[in-house]
Amino acid sequence: MKHLDEYRDAAASQSLITDIRARATRPWVLMDVCGGQTHNLVRYGIERELADCVELIHGPGCPVCVTATELIDFAVALALRPNTIVASFGDMLRVPGSSQSLMQARERGGRIQIVYSPLDALALARQHPNAEIVFLAVGFETTAPATALAVIQATKLSLNNFSIVPAHVRVLPAMETIMRMPDNRVEGFLAAGHVCCITGFEAYQPFASRFRVPIVITGFEPIDLLRGILKTVELLETGQAIVKNQYSRTVQRQGNLAAQSIIDQVYEVDDRDWRGFGTISGGGYRLRAEYSLMNARQKFADVLPPKGRGDVDCRGADVMSGKIKPKQCPAFATTCTPQSPLGAPMVSSEGACAAYYRFEPLPIKVPS
Amino acid sequence: MNAPMSPLACPRPTTSDQTITLAHGEGGKMMRNLIRDRIVSKLGETNVQRFSDAACVGTIKGNVAISTDSYVVSPLFFPGGDIGTLAVHGTINDLAMAGASPLFLTLSLILEEGLPFEVFDRVIDSIAETANTCGVPIVAGDTKVVTKGAADGMFLNTTGVGVHHDDQRMSAKQIQPGDTLVVSGPIARHGIAVLAARESLEFMPPPASDSAALHRVAADLQSALGNDLRTMRDATRGGVAAVLHEWAEESTLAMWVDEAQLPLLPETRGVCELLGLDPMFVANEGTFVAAIASHRTEDAISVMKTHSSCGDPAPIGYARRREISPVLVSRGMGGDQPLDEPIAAMLPRIC
Amino acid sequence: MCLGVPGRVVRWINRESNFAKAEVEFSGVRREIHMACVTDANLGDYVIVHAGIAICLVDEVEAEQTLAELKSLGENSDETP
Repeated sequence: MKHLDEYRDAAASQSLITDIRARATRPWVLMDVCGGQTHNLVRYGIERELADCVELIHGPGCPVCVTATELIDFAVALALRPNTIVASFGDMLRVPGSSQSLMQARERGGRIQIVYSPLDALALARQHPNAEIVFLAVGFETTAPATALAVIQATKLSLNNFSIVPAHVRVLPAMETIMRMPDNRVEGFLAAGHVCCITGFEAYQPFASRFRVPIVITGFEPIDLLRGILKTVELLETGQAIVKNQYSRTVQRQGNLAAQSIIDQVYEVDDRDWRGFGTISGGGYRLRAEYSLMNARQKFADVLPPKGRGDVDCRGADVMSGKIKPKQCPAFATTCTPQSPLGAPMVSSEGACAAYYRFEPLPIKVPS
Repeated sequence: MNAPMSPLACPRPTTSDQTITLAHGEGGKMMRNLIRDRIVSKLGETNVQRFSDAACVGTIKGNVAISTDSYVVSPLFFPGGDIGTLAVHGTINDLAMAGASPLFLTLSLILEEGLPFEVFDRVIDSIAETANTCGVPIVAGDTKVVTKGAADGMFLNTTGVGVHHDDQRMSAKQIQPGDTLVVSGPIARHGIAVLAARESLEFMPPPASDSAALHRVAADLQSALGNDLRTMRDATRGGVAAVLHEWAEESTLAMWVDEAQLPLLPETRGVCELLGLDPMFVANEGTFVAAIASHRTEDAISVMKTHSSCGDPAPIGYARRREISPVLVSRGMGGDQPLDEPIAAMLPRIC
Repeated sequence: MCLGVPGRVVRWINRESNFAKAEVEFSGVRREIHMACVTDANLGDYVIVHAGIAICLVDEVEAEQTLAELKSLGENSDETP
């Protein structure tokens, strides 16, 4: 596939790995903030390959795993509500709420339809005019235009049986939360390429200066990841806390203006509870008042669950901020497993705890 | 079994000429008519024997093999097959992969009240045609009807009887370090076809299942390779990854795979990339993996190439002594990566 | 997060802003993709698709440049991009 296969080339990857090794004079601590990147760093063995010269911390990069328990509980309650169908991305089905996941709700008769796109949920609303279709709108800024577009189209088409659970998160406030943690160890960021397709990276420069941390916009294929890591190491070695774009074939400085305007039309910035982190100021989007008819939180306020009590016994935030390795959490592999996760990083296969659990037989070198 | 219907029942059960009703499973006239007019008349064409509750199939010489499997799939029809082709192919393949030639099948139907006859007839036609093509008659059967909601349209069960070709014992325990792992054709087609149809993913062209019978290619491989064919397994649920994990466990060896060698249709690749699925974990219904003594790899591939059920067979890796991980995959980068054992079916993801 | 896959725009279906749609091909399989964020794509252009909508155009010039850098990296491993 064009624009994909070229960036999986083994020989070029090896040259990049050699280069990173040559440039790094000490084991730098880099954080990726995108589950897709974590997935490929583990899948292609890049993390292990570079373990002696770069420590990679997998930050809160997966909007699926940082979705608050309370929102899962709400979706479960909606799925079990008569005459209601919850439409969701496949990723969300196994994420545990405080008592059950959507998958478990489906086993108990809850109506859940997996969709590839939020726009496909509109077709569902047309097919079932007498049912309520509720889309669980999770995702970073990358996904927000798709759900915003669904809201705009539903409004224009007067699909009154369509609504969303607004659950989008914003990545920059989460990065800021991590940098403000007292024992933060992050020295450089691999910024999420597809988030930046939408947002651009103007806002990253003041962030880089303020926290004196280089940020490199990075893609997802092995070569993209290695180019991102190499550039971050170069900036660290030369003491430059600046922003560089290593995913220039898709990311422009100002981002995608049409997408931003679609987001702005439907959403406004809001505080958001992140699973494992607590409330992050400006950490999410809420629906604008004009679209309150599409807001499932208002439309079905009668089944809104009480605010969640968070993840008991889970040190997910410490893992996601790099303070501890998954194995240092007392719940790891004992009360917390991929089949029965306690918190965000064990929930998704991209989560740091899940990745460690899976690859436990292989010793993962931890730089001293 | 339900109590027989009294001829004096009041009111008399209403009959429907459109859909299956509970009365079609209650042992009376309606059930007899259903079996006679809509099942036996069609499946009869596949039979050398008479189709009945208990078929008398005569003497079977040799080592008898029996396999049974139930079939539940939603939707019932999808590009490349339907629940009927699965029910015939699936049980034939279970026998074939164990080294047996299928001789007979039985067919058990569990129907949901309200199932349209049009759907029912299409499935029975498909079963008849598939069994005919495979040369394996359906000799006995059973029909039950359950209340609306207790089944999803229809569930099928087929049991197959076969006979082993000779005393050759195929098993994953026969796999030796250095043996080649060969896959018979492009992988991941069935799982993608059913997922696309079930979730209305609207791909063009719609991805098609690989549903196919493997008894002929299996028999040819056995006679051509003898003990150099260590074992075979159709890569159904859990895909190629599940087969390799099973073999690794039984043989106590490691299975090593070069991802670049996996045969994959471009359109399957496109869908997998788009939905974030790993083709090694996606189900197949007519594609198998064989472990073969390495010097016979080319012979095995030549045999496979003479069968239309195998398109583009390819060696994908080999068995080797286990160090730590049971299944390893090379993705072109430095080291090999351990491959997970499938836990549950993969779901499309956005992350 | 954010699975984004490059696909080639093969046919415009609707160019009306919020309802813009095109047929996009991914390695031999096509799907209707919402184009409200990339309304200026030409046939043959590659777009990155996420959750059923195109989120940006792939810049062919930048892509060529990156690949050229990679090539020079392979030829002379002392050079860095």
